Amino acid sequence: MSVLQIIFLVTGFVTLLAGVMVVASPKLVHAALWLIVSLAGVAVLFVLLNANFLAVVQVVVYIGAIAILIIFTVMLTRRVMADSGPTHNRTWWVALLSAVVLLGGLLALIWQHPAFQAVPAELAAADTSLTVLGTSLVDVNRYLVPFEVASVLLLAALIGAIAVARPVAKGEEADE
Amino acid sequence: MGDPFGLIGRWFMDLLTGWGMESSAALTLLRFLGAGVMAIVLLFACFFLIVAERKMLGRFQDRYGPNRIGPFGIFQTIADFVKLIGKEIVVPAGIDKPLYWLAPLLVVMSIIGMWAVVPLAPGFRGTDLNVGVLYLVSVGAIGTLGIIMAGWSSNNKFAMLGAFRAVAQLVSYEIPMVLMLLVPTMLSGTMGVVGIVEAQSEMWFIVAAPLAALVYLISSIAENGRAPFDLTEGESEIVAGFNVEYGGLAFGMFYVGDFLHAFTVGALFSTLFLGGWRGPGAEQYPLLGLFYFFLKTIAVWFVTVWIRGSFPRVRIDQLLALNWKFLTPLALLIVAVTAVVNKLAVEQGWSRILALLAANVVMAAGVWGALALHGRTVRRREEELRAGAAVSASAAR
Amino acid sequence: MHDPWVFVAFLLPIGLLLPAVAVLMGIILGPRKPNAIKGTTYECGMETVGDTWVQLRASYYIFALIFVIFDVEAVFLFPWAVAYSQMQLYMVLEGVLFLLILAAGLLYAWRKGALEWV
Repeated sequence: MSVLQIIFLVTGFVTLLAGVMVVASPKLVHAALWLIVSLAGVAVLFVLLNANFLAVVQVVVYIGAIAILIIFTVMLTRRVMADSGPTHNRTWWVALLSAVVLLGGLLALIWQHPAFQAVPAELAAADTSLTVLGTSLVDVNRYLVPFEVASVLLLAALIGAIAVARPVAKGEEADE
Repeated sequence: MGDPFGLIGRWFMDLLTGWGMESSAALTLLRFLGAGVMAIVLLFACFFLIVAERKMLGRFQDRYGPNRIGPFGIFQTIADFVKLIGKEIVVPAGIDKPLYWLAPLLVVMSIIGMWAVVPLAPGFRGTDLNVGVLYLVSVGAIGTLGIIMAGWSSNNKFAMLGAFRAVAQLVSYEIPMVLMLLVPTMLSGTMGVVGIVEAQSEMWFIVAAPLAALVYLISSIAENGRAPFDLTEGESEIVAGFNVEYGGLAFGMFYVGDFLHAFTVGALFSTLFLGGWRGPGAEQYPLLGLFYFFLKTIAVWFVTVWIRGSFPRVRIDQLLALNWKFLTPLALLIVAVTAVVNKLAVEQGWSRILALLAANVVMAAGVWGALALHGRTVRRREEELRAGAAVSASAAR
Repeated sequence: MHDPWVFVAFLLPIGLLLPAVAVLMGIILGPRKPNAIKGTTYECGMETVGDTWVQLRASYYIFALIFVIFDVEAVFLFPWAVAYSQMQLYMVLEGVLFLLILAAGLLYAWRKGALEWV
């Protein structure tokens, strides 16, 4: 096993473990922070795939922005720290069993996919790929329309966010 | 004296491979040692940075500053450090233990991490990431996270308020900062910080984009949580903000992070807009480049400390209004205008720089006019209110 | 290929470890005599009233939402800025159009009063 493979396996394990902890931790804020660990693990996986841009975008957008938004959402709920009831009930083993069976079935199916026998393709040099991405975003024959539609989508999200969140702020005088 | 850094690196590589080590393993070990030296030097530099900043602040405020321990008080921080080691770290009841201890470490880590991509001299740098500029932003996000964790885990309302404010502030000012990072990226055609310094061989970017540099400086001071944007730890209103429940060296780490961040702001600004290590003769003599880099960094750092010593703290509504109603629209305008003007000015060289400079001057004049107009409207409204109040008061009498 | 990241992979853990060592030193060398009064929340001598983890004002949330949208926008623009020097004018204008659509969003938020701190 090469060093890269070891790093990949460790990162994958940590990412999955953090993912489990998101649903298993009783405190909401801890769950949010475990989610951040999981997202950081994905960023490391992007680095291993030589996708530098995606890796930093993963950190900037998911950890720097969306995770903070999630923490904000958690803080918007009342009595978050008191909310430490049990995270599972008596039938947890049934859920675990069915999940394991399902996972096993899926793995058995996926394992037969030819992609697992394929030799990994040589990755393109990262320096040029970024320029190619930039030009194809504004190329009329490539992704110009999705690019501009993304802007409109973000605009719609902004308007929607204001429309949804604004009346709440006026009606409810939250204590600080 | 040609290339001392390359010389040391080659000497070390020869030494390690001479001991029978594989060259790839030797390179990794060299990187590890480099990272260790960088982190240690940065942390120990704080002994100097803190005392120098306190000294400067003292002079700005017409007092001496620390002057007891050692000549000119330069050992003050060491004495403080010894005192902090000997202090009990009082851990309040009901805290969220793992987060409480992790928070100060994350704050320091985020700032040390920024130095990985800063080129200190030609051929002398941590690493050259092709996404360096965004890497800086992403590492900075970890620091924000540390502050939230500190405020959250402390079981203290003041700490919580500080953390809320910190999030609102740090997150808001990240927008103009990121947008202004687009300008050096655009002018140099790369996100790599080394490439950005290379591209400034003709002229520093501050000449072509002075407004972008100004907006970047303002937003990075806000990211640092320094006066006039020190709402995250307003001593007079919320005791100390997010770090109120920290004591001893755990608090010391926030302190170190704060002062080191101020210096890092200087380093990043001088790299992105002042040409980094560039200067006469720097390419032949890398040591001279190192000297220029630190000269520029210290100059910018001095300006930020000067600002800190001169301005009163803003209110949170003013802080957010400044960001969302002034800096962010201005940043969007700067990006758009710079992109179009730079493309329209077909010729390379001085004419292009002058065109960009002229565009900046026009923008600055426009902004100045808009602000003056707005100020006049606000003043008139206030006067009307005051007159109305006077009338009603006399009527009541 | 992953070469540039090796340094980062070393620097970040070291940056985490060194302050940890410092704090640990403080814990080991400093005295440790906790008592009930010391452990109380510090509010300048006042008794603490109620729960610490109070509810956040909704206005913070709106700012965070606007921030996320602009952050994503800026990230979209970075590849555009990298490829900028190889673009025709109309391609640059497309990027500016992207920018302006979001500027319209900011204007909307402004007019709707979402940027006011109440």
